Amino acid sequence: MDSVVSFTILGLFTGAAYAIAASGLVLTYTTTRVFNIAHGALGMVMAFIFWDFSQRQGLPTWLALVLVLGVVAPATGWAIQRFVTRGLGEGPVSVTLVVTVGLLVGCIGLATQVWPPESRTPLPLFNGSGVELSNTYVTAHQLITVLLAGMVALLLYLLLTRTRIGTAMRASVDNPELLKLFGGKPDRVAGLAWAIGTSLAALGGILLTPVVGLSYYDLTLLVINAYAAAMLGRLRSLPLTLVGAMGLGILQSYAVAYLPSDGLLSGIRSAMPALFLFAVIVLMPQAQLRVGQVKGIVSAPLPSRTRQLGADVALVALVALLTAWLPGSSLLLVGMAATYAMVMLSLVLLTGYGGHVSLAQFTFAGIGALVYAKLGEPTLSGLLLSALVAAAVGAVVAIPVLRLTGLYLALSTLAFGLLMDKMIFQAEFAFGTNNSLDAERLTILGTSFSSLGGYVLVMTFFLVLMAFAVLALRRGALGRLLIAMRDSPAACGTLGLDTRWFRVGLFALSAGMAGIAGGLFAGLRGTIGASDFQVLASLPLLLLAVVFGVTSVTGAVLGGTGLMLLPVLQSTNPSLAGLIFGLVGFGAVALGRDPNCLANRLFTLGRALRAQVRTPVRRPSESYQDRPEVTEEVPAHVAS
Amino acid sequence: MSLLEVDDDVVVRFGGVTAVDHASFTAGTGLVTGLIGPNGAGKTTCFNVISGLLRPAKGTVRFHGRDVTSTPVHRRAKRGMGRTFQRLEAFGSLSVRDNVRAAVDINRGLGGLLTPGHRSQAARVDALLDRVGLTHYAAERADAIPTGTARLLELARCLAADPALLLLDEPSSGLNESETEAFGVLLRELAADGRGVLMVEHDMDLVMSVCDTIHALDFGRVIASGAPAEIRGDAAVQRAYLGKADVGQVA
Repeated sequence: MDSVVSFTILGLFTGAAYAIAASGLVLTYTTTRVFNIAHGALGMVMAFIFWDFSQRQGLPTWLALVLVLGVVAPATGWAIQRFVTRGLGEGPVSVTLVVTVGLLVGCIGLATQVWPPESRTPLPLFNGSGVELSNTYVTAHQLITVLLAGMVALLLYLLLTRTRIGTAMRASVDNPELLKLFGGKPDRVAGLAWAIGTSLAALGGILLTPVVGLSYYDLTLLVINAYAAAMLGRLRSLPLTLVGAMGLGILQSYAVAYLPSDGLLSGIRSAMPALFLFAVIVLMPQAQLRVGQVKGIVSAPLPSRTRQLGADVALVALVALLTAWLPGSSLLLVGMAATYAMVMLSLVLLTGYGGHVSLAQFTFAGIGALVYAKLGEPTLSGLLLSALVAAAVGAVVAIPVLRLTGLYLALSTLAFGLLMDKMIFQAEFAFGTNNSLDAERLTILGTSFSSLGGYVLVMTFFLVLMAFAVLALRRGALGRLLIAMRDSPAACGTLGLDTRWFRVGLFALSAGMAGIAGGLFAGLRGTIGASDFQVLASLPLLLLAVVFGVTSVTGAVLGGTGLMLLPVLQSTNPSLAGLIFGLVGFGAVALGRDPNCLANRLFTLGRALRAQVRTPVRRPSESYQDRPEVTEEVPAHVAS
Repeated sequence: MSLLEVDDDVVVRFGGVTAVDHASFTAGTGLVTGLIGPNGAGKTTCFNVISGLLRPAKGTVRFHGRDVTSTPVHRRAKRGMGRTFQRLEAFGSLSVRDNVRAAVDINRGLGGLLTPGHRSQAARVDALLDRVGLTHYAAERADAIPTGTARLLELARCLAADPALLLLDEPSSGLNESETEAFGVLLRELAADGRGVLMVEHDMDLVMSVCDTIHALDFGRVIASGAPAEIRGDAAVQRAYLGKADVGQVA
């Protein structure tokens, strides 16, 4: 009985820290409609700054706390709102997600650059003091955390209900334009909300560091805990968020206390926030289809079939040349690039055409790789089966969030990735924690592609086939429906399309493509482990896909090459490794608003060059350059 | 039994605001029914309840005599309900032709997508574009055409499913005078085909000239129902409109 009480108290303390972070998340989301995935990452950076001030530079703890919470964090939050996230709330959810994921990756890169990995021991506040509470020793730090959570709740309540600017904050939730007409200043309100929100992220991070340690990733993933708690209040209600945070803290504490520390159930401890989140989502009521002004999106143009064929032949020829010349280690890199390009192609389908964001695409590749390695059947049917399993899992992820809209779906994929990582991939029946599995290379129609060169060429063929499939789908009726769904789900629904199952199908297809990439990757590497498919690896993948252009096959191929080069660049410049990683993030922050990005700029350049070469006669087809996404007017039966 | 029955006093609340307050009305086959009322009277909310985008707190929607109150949006569409939107929901990144094509594809269902039949399909798309007079715009991007034209596009998209009931939300706004006149003729034809048309409309000349029956809403309540002449002379309707006008002058 006593142990229940003491674990409840412990849980309340962690819950209080979650509550502080979560209320910051709710505040920023409700006032600006921008969900800040980097909320945890900002808390992480602030916790490092606090450590730097208080322990490395030896400032008094209270001064460091005041400096971080009162100056650095609010200034950062204000600047982010002012220069990064302003105006994102009215745009598509996918853009918001990409920009804030960029911020997250940038924060991690920055932190690893400024504070390189080493052992650091963050000290609790009032180290050494504490009290005895019903046979449980409670540290002063824990007491303070609970007190602070109460204070934050009270102050937020007073701010929102008793002050002018608080009223303006609540008004801007409903209609910032109207607020402006009545003399309010939505920008100032938003800036203040982000300043406070970031401060709360910092406080949550600082309070948690003595428990979870000064870790780049654990604190960054705090956003999932905060999100799970906030979902109980549907990202709006602060009281329910507090309840959610406390409940999550207590559940986690019980999991540590009463679940076995080995076997399948051991993963539950670290996966508790994700499980909690799924439970809340499943219990949420059906979301309505949103009706609102639809804006078309200008996407990269579809290539003509001849140009597509030419590019494919050129790619295969290039790789064939490379296999003849390059040494094995570099060839491996070419294979990696092909893997990444295939996973990015699955994102072209899902994000570029469909408008949905997956933050765990690499996890689906991991499932494909796991099944492929476990099956031990290095044939086409083995590969196909791996893809099917990945697709089935993709559908299973999409089904509970069927009833919800874009943002929730994307955030749930992040939770899902974490769940897979902790509970499946690291489990003994799968890859195992520090273990790896062996996988053989493919045998197709009796021909074994066991040499690296031959195998890389086979991978390139798969990439080209996938590109063909994606473009064929885009040109056909299904592609048209994909775009229609992205533009207006409400119209699709009233025309008779079951938008929910269509979305599940899209998710499954995209996961299956990633699964094929994973299976091929397993064969390429020969040995694979859980560390190859960590959930956070999906984030740079998404960012590079968007930076290089997530609406075109060219973008995916270039992005795949870029992602392959990233660790190469890092290992050749180890002192700048964090900075290089951070640049990917901040690059996405700068470029993430345009999903066509670099690939489309290349196309524009190419058209300009061709126009220079050709005689300047106006051709009717030139009008396509202004409205690229209109599909060819040739009816399909004429062309086929 | 009417084609559409909004019955048992439908209620929709948004927070503290009651957008639809115990409303009941009907729309019949072969008739053009008008739904009028000042801004904020709850017309579009009624449409959202009828088409299934919104669940009412109370009340029943019957279609073909069957209770569809909890039927999902797409299944109501399959049973013969088509609607257009006050705030446009055209597929902006697709061409006008592809908008209609997508509607035809949705109507054929997933099985239809996998079977051939492109030729009859193309003819059907052309016929639909021709019916609403959009043949010239076929190749334009849907987000680049004028608002009035986009409303006609939404109508063409609806007609792909050959619905028994058309819900048109302010279909004539954005059309000029001669276009509105032509649109009135089209509306009568659509009703004469054996369809029910329920229309939210602010253009009183159009409403009075084409509607068989009119329901007037104010603050979510049905304040009058009847033929155009009766509605025109109804004291409550005049108060609802003129009352608003008075407030407007003061402000």
